Amino acid sequence: MNELIQHLVNALILGGTYALLGIGLTLIFGIMNVVNFTHGALYTVGAYVMYLAVAALGLNFFLALPVAILGGLLLGAAIELVLLRPFRGSDIDTTMLVMIGAGIILQSGTLWTFGGVAKAIPSPFPEAPLQIGLVSVSWLRLFVLGAALTLIALTYALINRTKLGLAMRAAFQDSDTAALMGVDVRRIYTATFALGSSLAAAAGALLGPVYVVFPQMGGLAELKAFAIVILGGLGNVTGAAIGGFILALAEEFGAGYVSSGYRDAMGFLIIIAVLLYRPTGLFAKAERIG
Amino acid sequence: MSAILSVEHVGVRFGGLVAIADLHFDVQAGEIVSLIGPNGAGKTTAFNVMTGFLKPNQGDVRFRGTSLRDLPPHAITRLGLARTFQRTSVFPDDTVFDNVMIGLHQMGAALDRVPVFDALLGRSGAGERQLRARAEALLDWVGLAARAHEKASSLAYGEQRLVGVALALATEPAMLLLDEPVSGMNASETRVFVRLIRQIRERGVTILLVEHDMPMVMEVSDRIVVLNYGRLIAEGPPDRIRTDPAVIEAYLGQGSAARQAAAAVQEAAHA
Amino acid sequence: MNRLFPLALLAGLVVLPLGLGTNPYLLNALIVTGILTIGAMSLNLLLGFTGQLSLGHIAFFGIGAYVSALTSLGFDVDLGFGLRAVHEPWPAWGGFLLATVAAGGCGYLIGRLSFRVRGAYFVIVTISFAEVVRLVALNWVELTQGPLALTNIPAITLGLPGLGIWTLKTKLQNYYLVLTVGTLCYGVIARLVGGRFGRAMRGLKENESLALSVGINATRTLTVAAVISAAMAGAAGSLYAHYLRIIDPDVFLFATTVTMVIMVVAGGKGTLMGPVVGGLIFGLLPVALRPVMAPEAQWIVYGLVLIVILFVMPRGIVPGLSALLSRRQARPAPVLEVNPAVQR
Repeated sequence: MNELIQHLVNALILGGTYALLGIGLTLIFGIMNVVNFTHGALYTVGAYVMYLAVAALGLNFFLALPVAILGGLLLGAAIELVLLRPFRGSDIDTTMLVMIGAGIILQSGTLWTFGGVAKAIPSPFPEAPLQIGLVSVSWLRLFVLGAALTLIALTYALINRTKLGLAMRAAFQDSDTAALMGVDVRRIYTATFALGSSLAAAAGALLGPVYVVFPQMGGLAELKAFAIVILGGLGNVTGAAIGGFILALAEEFGAGYVSSGYRDAMGFLIIIAVLLYRPTGLFAKAERIG
Repeated sequence: MSAILSVEHVGVRFGGLVAIADLHFDVQAGEIVSLIGPNGAGKTTAFNVMTGFLKPNQGDVRFRGTSLRDLPPHAITRLGLARTFQRTSVFPDDTVFDNVMIGLHQMGAALDRVPVFDALLGRSGAGERQLRARAEALLDWVGLAARAHEKASSLAYGEQRLVGVALALATEPAMLLLDEPVSGMNASETRVFVRLIRQIRERGVTILLVEHDMPMVMEVSDRIVVLNYGRLIAEGPPDRIRTDPAVIEAYLGQGSAARQAAAAVQEAAHA
Repeated sequence: MNRLFPLALLAGLVVLPLGLGTNPYLLNALIVTGILTIGAMSLNLLLGFTGQLSLGHIAFFGIGAYVSALTSLGFDVDLGFGLRAVHEPWPAWGGFLLATVAAGGCGYLIGRLSFRVRGAYFVIVTISFAEVVRLVALNWVELTQGPLALTNIPAITLGLPGLGIWTLKTKLQNYYLVLTVGTLCYGVIARLVGGRFGRAMRGLKENESLALSVGINATRTLTVAAVISAAMAGAAGSLYAHYLRIIDPDVFLFATTVTMVIMVVAGGKGTLMGPVVGGLIFGLLPVALRPVMAPEAQWIVYGLVLIVILFVMPRGIVPGLSALLSRRQARPAPVLEVNPAVQR
């Protein structure tokens, strides 16, 4: 029973960052119709900015987090302006390949700059975990969950309560109509990509101190983000948030009760199961005929 | 005469929107029937149901006695019911000739028994020659022989419609559904096309068409079926449709574009 | 590119080792390039000719490598429930055949599963499949040795009745083996693409609704393409295993799929020669770059080249050059206005 609760708590904490990752990716797909293959690299960059700020520059841990998020925001905006804007109007496969190229450059650039040795980010939290009954949670992980939930709430507020969010929702519905109604779609795209990127960087900056930081950490994170987004339906923000928690649950219980080696396979097994049993339920839009 | 196609109480809903409600009509073998109605009346939806691109919420379509309800589009084509498309009627990156070669897929199936192995072993030479001859004949027949080696997307819109017709004919259909075949054609192209439709019928192919060009519809049709808001509001020979109050009301009730169409109905009536 | 170019290239590749002498480093680069080029050609069958971007292609390659290695090494595995799977070693050519069949079978399953969905979903399903296979190779230690790698994989042995038996141990022998298999694959793809099956694939890629309406069975056509494509990738993986004689789960790295995708896209997807030209360029580029930069920097160059090619020659090098050549030969054709309603 205690083991079960411990797994649930772990899943909840992991699910928060997974949801962040998934929301960032699904926003970019839903609004821009771009499958973002730099998402994992941006996650890595977030973690490395955090590492640089805390370990190398000696910045306060809580100040370093917004710096890492800002770093992701700026890098995302730059990627959109330099690489995606010139390819606007290309088909989805082309932009996907451009993003693969950009992802390779970012990942290899990180490897080149920082080397392949994993780095640890020192955390200001006490080593001793918080003990509630027989369930124990480290303070750092609790902070990670709190920060992730705060960021998710902020993203929701941005989408639903601001003028920018309104324009983003309009572009999501139909970018042509949005443009006719006076929305500057180009600016919305840049903002969307920057926002999605900052969420990926935030996830990296939050999980970096929990685990270790290394240049290839983004690869698996990216694949997981894809799984989450498919679970929730491409372009569905709430779906991605829920998908993040479902994936975390599946991983925790898969690792706990089946085999820890296959922990990272859970997401893909879920995708395959979803496609086997509800392939049509996943379609966001019906196929166009004629 | 017997019904080659029966649309039996078909209903289609998209969410809460009723696109077609209880549509019921027959097409007799050898007829030319037109399906008309104001924009959004459900004509293209009806076509998509008849050709398997859309599954109806209720009712059924029978073609030569076979229910089409559970058949995918390619299987319906193989039964002898072919269609053209309103907007994208060609394979854009191929030449006109290669378009028709793709369209001859089924004839190729009849020629080689084990397609993949025949292709690998190079046994399809004779079949290929027959296919090429057939493609040339088809292009000749629709009047595109001179355009055969141009890229399909480089053709004028009206010519692309002809490619679409050649593609549909390549499947050797017993019945042909034409979705707005003369849209984008000028007056003289339309006249040529009307002749082509008649020739197709003379070859024993039944024709059902959706069209906005009223004079053309009145000229070519044996019978007209009128839809409005997804319901059948009138059915009969052109002379009766011209003067049917429900039809005139349906067209007048719409915006200015529809009013023009209504005027065209009247004009055609006096022509 | 005219008809003579492939033959000239083949002739050049046949005599190339004579010019190189026995430089083992270059020969090794050529063999690995050749194997990856076969992978790229097989990927092109899906990506180029049917328009389905499969980013899990490395799974078929890796499955081929592992099946071939395990078939020729033999194994003894406890399956649980009191069941054991014991396999005595087979000759390596048996492993090659089985690898091709097994990879083709996986292509069938993935095709049936994932051609229900298209576009971005398809891409992600294929990536996921590759990742699951990698994790199995990593974790089923009893069968695959996990990260410790399968070692001592035998070299391929060829026997002709009356002529004797050769074990292809030298680099030169492997070079010609890879060249032979590559030429065969090229011939098979050329035959398929040139005929009715190729037209069905093109039709589906250019206008799926219209293709269905002329009686083309989409699921069947795409699945057959996936099976052939996967089988070829499996054959390439088998060659890889028997050449290197050692295989570990890193054979499933996403980076290798990306390399193949770059080869196809840069060379020209949907053309016969595109993956060959792209494969030779990007297979040998590391050889040219190695003296001047670190491997990480090479990958940065790869990424940049991919983006630049998409920008400058979106259709790839081979179609780009053909267009240039024919423009020089003939007067430029008038640019025709395309009706916007026809574009999708």
